[in-house]
Amino acid sequence: MEYALDQSQLEAIEDIIRQEFIELGVHCTCLIDMAGNIVANLDDGKTSFDVYSLAALAAGNFGAVSAMANMVGEQEFSLLFHKGKTESIHFSKVTDEFLLITIFGKETSLGFLRLKVAEAVKKFEKILGS
Amino acid sequence: MAFINLKKKEVQAKIVYYGPGRGGKTTNLEHIHKTFRDRISSEMVAIKTHGDRTLFFDFLPFDIGQIKGYDVRLQIYTVPGQVKYDATRRLVLRGVDGLVFVADSMQLRREKNMVSLKNAEDNLKLYKKDIHKIPLVLQYNKRDLGEQGIPVLTVDELEKDLNSDLQVPYFEASALIGENVVETLKKIISLTMASLSKELE
Ligand SMILES: Nc1nc2c(ncn2[C@@H]2O[C@H](COP(=O)(O)OP(=O)(O)O)[C@@H](O)[C@H]2O)c(=O)[nH]1
Ligand SMILES: [Mg+2]
Repeated sequence: MEYALDQSQLEAIEDIIRQEFIELGVHCTCLIDMAGNIVANLDDGKTSFDVYSLAALAAGNFGAVSAMANMVGEQEFSLLFHKGKTESIHFSKVTDEFLLITIFGKETSLGFLRLKVAEAVKKFEKILGS
Repeated sequence: MAFINLKKKEVQAKIVYYGPGRGGKTTNLEHIHKTFRDRISSEMVAIKTHGDRTLFFDFLPFDIGQIKGYDVRLQIYTVPGQVKYDATRRLVLRGVDGLVFVADSMQLRREKNMVSLKNAEDNLKLYKKDIHKIPLVLQYNKRDLGEQGIPVLTVDELEKDLNSDLQVPYFEASALIGENVVETLKKIISLTMASLSKELE
């Protein structure tokens, strides 16, 4: 079982990431699938994370939190947020199969980021369809 | 659920090492990491308990070079083998493309091998995958123990217990000294890629 995304789909996804996040000061944004594969990954050129390990952990973590949600009678927690001293991570589901990871610093407010994530998720869903 | 990136001409696929606890899955990954250091840019991620057992998974990204003009990147995972961590095993299996089952040759572990293989079959079913159809390789590990006088299952016994129904390739291995670890990996890579190659024409 596999799926493919073509050049125009991937460019559209990267354009959204660039415009909605990187140009607004977000350090790193990845779109991954729930298996842990990386669909798209852009950063501000100043940071370099080990995105492959990050994607593996994020997919596992999101799965674990979804299982917890079921245990307390929730369908899911569709977004997650981890706050650090300098870097914070935000995760948001995009359809059932994809996950958007955003890493940002203190200069970006969480409220603003959430707004951008919500906008971007809608656009991604159009491209990724089902 | 391999991802084919037509823009970068890149394939990403997921391989999972499954099997009973203490069978040698983590040891396999450690050997792979050591052997292919030059192709593995990141450290192996290992989420362990205090007792050094795999709690969540071990993870190793692996760049295998080109196949049919596509760059191929593998994500290699192990699962925790202990019975109580079934929920975690299911998470790690999500989107798996190829499976290595690491069996423990110790006679004492005979039952555990069979239980774990059945567990793999059941958990794959949750994702609508059939263990008879997914690329699969068996590894009969710890063959070295026989030479130390520890009772081990014969290959015939292991074949009968685990492979009579599946009929998949198997390797006798000793992950601790690295014997047939790379061969096992190469086999699962080639089976996994063959299952994708129609898409890559
Ligand atoms: N003698 C021997 N011991 C092994 C071999 N492979 C693994 N072990 C040992 O078995 C124990 C469990 O191995 P580990 O890789 O952690 O198993 P896992 O639970 O499947 O990840 C460790 O003490 C290893 O050193 C092998 O081929 N021969
Ligand atoms: Mg382990």
